[in-house]
Amino acid sequence: MGDENELLLNMTGITKRFGPVVANDRADLSVRTGEVHAIVGENGAGKSTLMRVLYGLIRPDEGTIELRGRPVRITNPGMATRLGIGMVHQHFMLIDRLTVAENLVLGMEPRGRLGVLRPGRAERAVRELSTDLGFELEPDTPAGDLSVGARQRLEIMKVIYRGADLIVLDEPTAVLTPQESAELFRIMRRLRERGKTIIFITHKLSEVMELSDRVTVMRGGQVAGVMETAGLTPSRLAEMMVGRPVLEQLDKPPLEPGPVVLTVRDLAAADDSGAPRLRGISFQVRAGEIFGIAGVEGNGQRELVEVINGLRPAASGDIILEDRNLSGQSPRRIRDRSVAHIPEDRHGRGLLLDFTLWENAVLGLQHRRRFSRGWLRIGAMRGHAGRLVEAFDIRTPSIDIRARQLSGGNQQKLIVAREVEQDPRLLIAAQPTRGVDVGSVEFIHRQLLDLRARGKAILLVSADLEEILTLSDTVAVIFRGRIVGRFPAEEADERTLGLLMMGREENGDGSSDGAGRGNGAGSAATGEGS
Amino acid sequence: MKRRGGQYLILQILSPAAAFLLALGVGAVIILALKENPVHIYTVMFRGGLGSVDGFGYALFSATPLILTGLAVAFAFRAGLFNIGGEGQLYIGAFLCAWAGFTLAGLPPLLLIPLCMLAAALGGALWGLVPGLLKARFGVHEVINTIMLNFVAMLATNFLVNRMFKEPDQMIPQTREIATTAWIPRLAPLARRLGIGLPDSNPLNYALLLSLIVAAAAYLILFRTRLGYEIRAVGQSPGAARYGGIRVGLILVLSMAISGSMAGLVGVNEVMGYRHRFLDGFSTGLGFTGIAVALLGRNHPLGVVLAAVLFGILNTGALEVDIFTDIPRELVMVLQAVIIICVVAGDMVFRRWAGRRMK
Repeated sequence: MGDENELLLNMTGITKRFGPVVANDRADLSVRTGEVHAIVGENGAGKSTLMRVLYGLIRPDEGTIELRGRPVRITNPGMATRLGIGMVHQHFMLIDRLTVAENLVLGMEPRGRLGVLRPGRAERAVRELSTDLGFELEPDTPAGDLSVGARQRLEIMKVIYRGADLIVLDEPTAVLTPQESAELFRIMRRLRERGKTIIFITHKLSEVMELSDRVTVMRGGQVAGVMETAGLTPSRLAEMMVGRPVLEQLDKPPLEPGPVVLTVRDLAAADDSGAPRLRGISFQVRAGEIFGIAGVEGNGQRELVEVINGLRPAASGDIILEDRNLSGQSPRRIRDRSVAHIPEDRHGRGLLLDFTLWENAVLGLQHRRRFSRGWLRIGAMRGHAGRLVEAFDIRTPSIDIRARQLSGGNQQKLIVAREVEQDPRLLIAAQPTRGVDVGSVEFIHRQLLDLRARGKAILLVSADLEEILTLSDTVAVIFRGRIVGRFPAEEADERTLGLLMMGREENGDGSSDGAGRGNGAGSAATGEGS
Repeated sequence: MKRRGGQYLILQILSPAAAFLLALGVGAVIILALKENPVHIYTVMFRGGLGSVDGFGYALFSATPLILTGLAVAFAFRAGLFNIGGEGQLYIGAFLCAWAGFTLAGLPPLLLIPLCMLAAALGGALWGLVPGLLKARFGVHEVINTIMLNFVAMLATNFLVNRMFKEPDQMIPQTREIATTAWIPRLAPLARRLGIGLPDSNPLNYALLLSLIVAAAAYLILFRTRLGYEIRAVGQSPGAARYGGIRVGLILVLSMAISGSMAGLVGVNEVMGYRHRFLDGFSTGLGFTGIAVALLGRNHPLGVVLAAVLFGILNTGALEVDIFTDIPRELVMVLQAVIIICVVAGDMVFRRWAGRRMK
């Protein structure tokens, strides 16, 4: 398998239907030995389905798979592993209490005679792989103490340890900071140098451009094109994904912020297990301002958003909307004070998946006289839903289908429509475009900027730095329940933010005043094994 | 997409029907094993409930409490609660109903009848409220509490009947008779006026209409009111319900109370319409059969009514089978159990199969 253009994998005519939904429609994928092959496409374009077929998690209705020139039928993940296919899922499958070495060998522990475990061999394997490929992992660190980036490296290491030479990475950068992403890319390049073949699923066009040799674009279950990355432009790629030209430029006129709408003062709160997650957080959001909170997930963002919306009690501190204290109010009261909320978990919070669109269109507003007086005013509800579908371009055959049947992007648009349409004084948007296709992202961003132009206050919480930087007027970084930096958007750059997100003080040029607040404890090192 | 809605509906009906046919097949195998002719046995069985107006009247009489307990289970299920406590709720409801019936004997029927009905509903509601509160306040699982309260209700009414309210000079553990002004009439006279030959001996009474009204009310509450919207929202996703400003705890408590009141109304059929007194241990697992009825009826009020009627027909047929064949009536109970198993297990299989065919 030395030849550059030798095909390692050739999937042809893969068709997979789920009921009436065609997830893959005669999709082809050919991957050359030793290349990094990106698969891009909107949500629901069929990327994951195709990969799950490859990994033996689902069986296609039609189509064939050839591996190293020989036809194969992959019926389960174990078989895929034996064929040298490894997959790193978006959700890590590590056991927190076990060490790096133990996790590495889990399920195929090296044994000596009489079946005695040989932990030394596992540790040696970690060290060898670590130095060889630059994983920077210590064998005896418990997996629970690893940073997100390190956990991902361990997952990749597991796959390699199991002998994979075709590695599938499913949206690997979705959970990473820019620095961690860069690290991942270094590892991916090194793997390619060692002759490994990588399939890499992503939403982010810049990553395709930076890393991949070739790219397969999927749209609506079909393959829209296969190209060499060299000579491709991001806008051309976006156009292929969406099927129409995408306007990347958002209109964000400078705005003089108005009076303070939201004041959060010394807010503290715990998570579900009672562990403190917010440790005294303070900030203000003004009318006509988008206040962006950047941070790696799990640093208190969820708790912050939930406390402001009354979904979680605060341990201490105040939340003041204009001049009214919202602390301790019920979610309904807070909503009735003109606070709208795009929740980060659209399936668990934002939508009732088995309710129809018209029922979902009033979730949170069902008690308003417009929509019910004891009896539901179904006509009014349906009319409202119809208007939302129309005005927000929600692609659906009818308002009578269940929310479950919409694509991810359209589900999110429905939530955004419902919340924005209330014309709120304050909108809290948590991860508003996560897992949403390029076309919908653009649309949702436009809606947020529209609200801003109408003088509303917007609190934007996102793990996506690009999003924060494009939209915000003010950027704050949250780390371990504190704000560790705050900048006017013009002065913020990815590198500085990324370092703050990892709890490190910026080194090098100290051009901004951002790290001035509460950095003392914030700079404690992460438990990353290195 | 409209078409898909239609297909969905067909699935909802076809799948229980297929389960029923499958159950008949399993039953036939059992009958064959007993060296009897399944066709003959089934003919006798269905003749019992469907062969005559009188028989069908008995089937509907038997279905009446099952409609109510089935609705109780289905209603709670919509809120994500598994109410196993129908048995206890109906005992408390029936006892309070009888108690009101003989204690308030001086009142005119126009007052007494609604009061007795209210007593039945309140008794059931109270017995549903307790596990609802425990769930909402402390997160205690309702299954455990409803089961435990079943025992409390059965033993408490046993105590009340035998030690405090027993009919004097009688061996039978039952209360005094309720005032005749609290009786609700049988349906036979009405049926005769409509030209249906239902004999006066048939116990079918106006409680059947009450149960149908309750079914309609359950439908309207669930699908046409804000309360129903919130109940279904809580049942589907408590997280989303909370996000939507719904007080989840309150909805859980209300749902359990409403569910319990439906089971409690079984007392109307039993006490006011049939026996005219509270008989200790009268329910032969009506509350539990309600779970099966709700399951077969897909937790939809209309489905519950249809499923209850089917169970009523089977119950009536069981008697006939017992009397006219050498097969014990327990076989029909076996058949009911097999139906339930087929519904639960067969349903998934059938859906997958149908889903694949209909793409």
